[in-house]
Amino acid sequence: MRGGMGKGIHFSKLYTFSCFRSKFEDEHGQLGQRGYSRIVFCNDPDNPEAVQLKYRGNYVSTTKYTALNFIPKSLFEQFRRVANLYFLVVACVSFSPLAPYTAVSVLAPLLMVIGATMAKEGVEDWRRRKQDIEANNRKVEVYGKNHVFNETRWKNLRVGDLVKIYKDEYFPADLLLLSSSYEDGICYVETMNLDGETNLKLKHALDETASLRDVRSFQNFKSTIKCEDPNEHLYSFVGTLYYGGQHHPLSLQQILLRDSKLRNTDYIYGVVVFTGHDTKVMQNATDPPSKRSRIERRMDKIIYILFSTLILISLTGSMFFGVDTKNDIRGGELKRWYLRPDKTTVFFDPKRASLAAFFHFLTGLMLYGYLIPISLYVSIEVVKVLQSIFINQDRDMYYEETDKPARARTSDLNEELGQVDTILSDKTGTLTCNSMEFVKCSIAGVAYGRGMTEVERALAKRKRSRPHEVTDSSSDLPECNDHVVDSGKPVKGFNFRDERVTNGNWVNEPHSDLIQKFFRVLAICHTAIPDVRKESGEISYEAESPDEAAFVIAARELGFEFFERTQTSISLHELDHESGRKVNRSYTLLHVLEFSSARKRMSVIVKNAENQLLLLCKGADSVMFERLSKDGRLFLAKTMDHLNKYAEAGLRTLVVAYRELSEQEYKSWEEEFLPAKTSVSAARDALIDAACDKIERDLILLGVTAVEDKLQKGVPECIDKLSKAGIKIWVLTGDKMETAINIGHACSLLTKGMKQIVITLDSPDISDLEKQGDKEAIQKASRESIAKQIGEAKAQIIARKESSVTFGLIIDGMSLDFALTKSLESSFLEVAVNCASVICCRSSPKQKARVTKLVKVGTGKTTLAIGDGANDVGMLQEADIGVGISGVEGMQAVMSSDFAIAQFRFLERLLLVHGHWCYRRITMMICYFFYKNITFGFTLFWFEAHASFSGQPAYNDWYMSFYNVFFTSLPVIALGVFDQDVSARLCLKHPLLYQEGVQNILFTWHRILSWMLNGVISSMIIFFFITNSIVNQAFRRDGHLVDYEVLGVTMYTCVVWAVNCQMALSINYFTWIQHFFIWGSIAFWYTFLVIYGALPLKVSTTAYQVFVEACAPSPFYWLATLLVVVSTLLPYFAYRSFQTRFKPMYHDIIQRRRSEGSEAEVSAELPVRVKEKIDHLKERLKHRES
Amino acid sequence: MNSNAPSSSSGATGSADSSGPRRNSKRPKYSRFTQQELPACKPILTPRWVISAFMLVSIVFIPIGLASLFASRDVVEIIDRYETDCIPQALRNDKVKYIQGPEDKTCNRTLRVPKHMKQPIYVYYQLDNFYQNHRRYVKSRSDKQLKDPKSENDVSSCKPEDTTPGSNQIVPCGLIAWSMFNDTYSFSRNSEQLPLNKKGISWKSDRQHKFGKKVFPKNFQNGTLIGGAHLNSSIPLSEQEDLIVWMRTAALPTFRKLYGKIEVDLQANEIIQVQLKNYYNTYSFNGKKKLVLSTTSWLGGKNDFIGIAYLSVGGLCFVLAMAFTIIYLVKPRRLGDPSYLSWNRNP
Repeated sequence: MRGGMGKGIHFSKLYTFSCFRSKFEDEHGQLGQRGYSRIVFCNDPDNPEAVQLKYRGNYVSTTKYTALNFIPKSLFEQFRRVANLYFLVVACVSFSPLAPYTAVSVLAPLLMVIGATMAKEGVEDWRRRKQDIEANNRKVEVYGKNHVFNETRWKNLRVGDLVKIYKDEYFPADLLLLSSSYEDGICYVETMNLDGETNLKLKHALDETASLRDVRSFQNFKSTIKCEDPNEHLYSFVGTLYYGGQHHPLSLQQILLRDSKLRNTDYIYGVVVFTGHDTKVMQNATDPPSKRSRIERRMDKIIYILFSTLILISLTGSMFFGVDTKNDIRGGELKRWYLRPDKTTVFFDPKRASLAAFFHFLTGLMLYGYLIPISLYVSIEVVKVLQSIFINQDRDMYYEETDKPARARTSDLNEELGQVDTILSDKTGTLTCNSMEFVKCSIAGVAYGRGMTEVERALAKRKRSRPHEVTDSSSDLPECNDHVVDSGKPVKGFNFRDERVTNGNWVNEPHSDLIQKFFRVLAICHTAIPDVRKESGEISYEAESPDEAAFVIAARELGFEFFERTQTSISLHELDHESGRKVNRSYTLLHVLEFSSARKRMSVIVKNAENQLLLLCKGADSVMFERLSKDGRLFLAKTMDHLNKYAEAGLRTLVVAYRELSEQEYKSWEEEFLPAKTSVSAARDALIDAACDKIERDLILLGVTAVEDKLQKGVPECIDKLSKAGIKIWVLTGDKMETAINIGHACSLLTKGMKQIVITLDSPDISDLEKQGDKEAIQKASRESIAKQIGEAKAQIIARKESSVTFGLIIDGMSLDFALTKSLESSFLEVAVNCASVICCRSSPKQKARVTKLVKVGTGKTTLAIGDGANDVGMLQEADIGVGISGVEGMQAVMSSDFAIAQFRFLERLLLVHGHWCYRRITMMICYFFYKNITFGFTLFWFEAHASFSGQPAYNDWYMSFYNVFFTSLPVIALGVFDQDVSARLCLKHPLLYQEGVQNILFTWHRILSWMLNGVISSMIIFFFITNSIVNQAFRRDGHLVDYEVLGVTMYTCVVWAVNCQMALSINYFTWIQHFFIWGSIAFWYTFLVIYGALPLKVSTTAYQVFVEACAPSPFYWLATLLVVVSTLLPYFAYRSFQTRFKPMYHDIIQRRRSEGSEAEVSAELPVRVKEKIDHLKERLKHRES
Repeated sequence: MNSNAPSSSSGATGSADSSGPRRNSKRPKYSRFTQQELPACKPILTPRWVISAFMLVSIVFIPIGLASLFASRDVVEIIDRYETDCIPQALRNDKVKYIQGPEDKTCNRTLRVPKHMKQPIYVYYQLDNFYQNHRRYVKSRSDKQLKDPKSENDVSSCKPEDTTPGSNQIVPCGLIAWSMFNDTYSFSRNSEQLPLNKKGISWKSDRQHKFGKKVFPKNFQNGTLIGGAHLNSSIPLSEQEDLIVWMRTAALPTFRKLYGKIEVDLQANEIIQVQLKNYYNTYSFNGKKKLVLSTTSWLGGKNDFIGIAYLSVGGLCFVLAMAFTIIYLVKPRRLGDPSYLSWNRNP
């Protein structure tokens, strides 16, 4: 592609000139029609026609709200929640005489709750706004009327503006590339923000415009672009440029997208085509799918139950009320004459008793509204935000190397972390470091490279020791980036140790010419771009894949330093093996036959200084071996042997080969290749492939490279721990089956005792069919084969169900396609679920997402996907929880994840500690919330039953409205934020504890309903004990009696005490915060009583002086409180005592072990600590030495 | 279980110490709070804890129960239900008619003092099935009007007892005042009048702050339907203690209200003559009326419930404590019994 024969031939001419011409009419026929109507007047944004089109400006706003619509829109958002809407309706109705209490007292807490949530929304939106402002005010140079480039802000750009972008700047809008600092109008672009790929992409200007490289040349530049309307397709563009009296077709090759970055090019000129929200990246910005946790979904159901209860008891109340009211006048006689039923309002009218009952029903709905905790949602939100702060602040999830702490990007899913049943993990970059290291090679049948790989070590270990004691090996596994090199400083990506080859010693090897050729191939056959640091002269490389970088680095380290790439040439500093000096060698680059997953190889065609035409090729063994010439198979047997060994050791292998071309051969091939290259039909790829296929033949084998994909630190231990916690782990990888299996072994996913089930299409029958090329037959045979294999696997599993054999399932991408079809889906899932671990290799991003969905929907359990690359985005979004690894492969995965961690091993802590805690906290909190509101709400109901269901609340209005806000809310928040059943250390030590969340045993209906029942019992105890003990007789020495006001205060006191003490009983973790909140809430109630009671009568109404004058001096008041509080706690306490004794939960056992067996444990742990200390000291020592 | 569980954690903190603070590091700062390692007490339900908690409750509760039971036993209480007995035998078929009729409502009752009653002896009336806590009833008053003579017109909440038919504001307005209890009692011993102190039977704060010293009854009970008591319109509301007591609404449909105090001792077996005027209509709604004379103890009036409740809760806790002790002694289970430590992997 980067061709060009000598000076005269323009590379881009080869490429574009004839390119679209032939196809122009039909390809661009739609222009001007619907969807293709955009017209851009280049360099002429003030053209009256352009102004008339009114395209949007470049101002970008990603905020959810604007200053104007914030209030209405956020209010609307708030009231989409059923509970909030209910409270709003109640607040509105409470202005009518229907209300049992004053309107303000119900409005105030509602406003507080809504206000708090809105404030949170506002702050979040403000942050987004600040980012927007920053982006909108970036500077860019625009060609102005004075014929020079002036600086302006991004937001002022208009469609048609001519802009100049410099190196390493972001494009402010979607631009049409006119010309660049390169003569032929190419430029390099990094699209990390769009697709997460870090490699550079090449863009070409049209040949007609490429010459516009001078500021003066723009003076008379006028042209028109007709193109498609704004759309979200990142990989297509249809348009024409009318310039110089001719139509020139445009393609994506000329379009520079907003948010990508100009690299390796000094500057470019471009015309703004799409601005602001019309740009492709903005059109692509969809809201990530909103995820809700299982707990929350169940919570909604509980709310519905409470609503039904509310309606039920209101109905009961209004029925009784109706009957009572009807009976007030019987036979013309007034019964309860003191109510004046003869002269009454509609709400109490005996003649219209049914209507009165209906209105009373509405009153009841308001009164018993306390059953529904108004502050539940806001409390949960507050708690979750605080929980995620704890996750962010956890020092044990901070990764020093990259300076990255863990990030909870959403706080909605914290408790879901405690319920993960299946982890779907990417391999590269997630389980492994994604830093490739060149460790071995085999050249001309001789294996070089002495290093031991991680996997080899693990395998060796496994052979020596018993299969299950993998975790002990941790001390042997060095850290990823910890390179131990014999001499010299460690080089990233290079871990090749062999004195036969290094330091130029290869010259003395028997096949030194082949070795030279081998490394030349590595140095030339790639698409990397060198980056020479001016100060030090050091060269680093930008490569499409880390493998490629490893090759170039290896070549550099061994004396084939690639240092310059131009469009037409590649230059190396080469060690001349005769003179031993460094010489510059330049290769003219004729063609690059690019890598694709179908081809599995790449080649370059170069001409060297000796005018030899060479084809250098590297590729996968499966395609390469069959392309070798007869003479080229000299070392085939030995090489294959080495290759298999490398694959076994978990290394990624590539076969390196070359051939020499004759001038004539090349010419005739090029005649065939160029039309294919420049055609634009759908068959283009096929044509190119066919053409490439013709020349990539008769290769001469040079050798095999082996690159190690290093496991991240602590991965085997982490996986072991997670599987001990009963979490299933699936690995979805794009790698080869052998590599995947090896990695599986290395990270203890597959163990020796495990029975492996392999489902693959790699069988002779299928490949026979493939050769015949009958697609339908292949499909059919494949499907049958897969169905058969799945059936067999199922039978195997059933047969061995009794025995303790575990299974590991390995399936490749092709087979997965068939296994995921409707008919096989369920049986595949059944097999997979019964396997301890599942590895899907060669799977595409889409397949990853489909597998995730299958597991999520099929099992109904919580899934967690973890990945680091753009190819994992689908999977992360599909899974219940997406965890992104903030590693090397761009930020795409992190941006679409819910949690971001720096290393796979942190998953252990994230799930087993934070997940478990959060799950426990949230469930406890919700249960408790319902308990406290039911306790309160039902006391109201019992009182109603003794007030002829007239709707008179038992308490003062403000007692009631402060119940959820002040007297009971803070302890429950403290519970939600701080409670720990067992410490982090014990969570990790007893991974089985995690099953509490997976099996959801803390939030079963049984448990929820028990808490509710407990609430009802508490309310009964409170009401009946109080009424029986203090009402009806003097409650003080001075003969005073309990009236409505005193009863209210007494009952309320008991509720506050009971509810808060219940909290104190049910939490496991008392810090000063818990003490402060719980006892503080109770103290605050008394303070409130005193202060509120001392306010003027007009404010305090029925609370006036009640506590100070009536209650406090009465011994009955205090005795009754003590009695009631202890009695309400008894049922729960007794239940818990019996439960911990006879049917303890897992955390009970651990707690008891901790407390009672503390001595034994301390002694067992001491050595561990000592050992750690020693390890730590050793590490430091090593640092100092190096 | 392996032994290097906390390796990752301690490793990280360890290396931090060695490298020292790095500039602009995103490493979370260490505090016991953010690392969730605050010192905490972690109570758990060990048998010892359970047993001692139960024992503690029973040790505290049983004496309290006994004490309050004794206090309650010390109180002497005379209850006389009179609503039926005070209607002449012949008129008992239509009690409502009798009570609304013009007949003389005087009724004489005789009470025998069962035990020595020390002064002060509180006199209560007890009504039954009377919903003073009915929403319509509770709201039918005007606190402003009761307190402030200028707010005489503030009667909107008092309907239908807000104004007389001639549109004059009623003071005090509302159903509560209008339906005020109007039976009267006078006591004599050996045909010697027993003085009844009616001062100080209401709450002090009510007298001083809720009911105005300058507010006098006006247009009260002038309507077509007479509810209950009449008020002396020359006495300010703050001194009408019967009204003040009545206006403090009761919590439950059965309630007592203080009528007065007898401030002499009554000897055992003395006969008290009560002359009562049976004016108040509880017959329409089948309410009972009772006259109650009671002394008080340090705790208050006569109520066995709280003592019994304390005793039973205390007793229950004692039984539970015993049960746990027996379980613990008979079948002591080693902590962390390994049999508990299995988890049902495939539920």
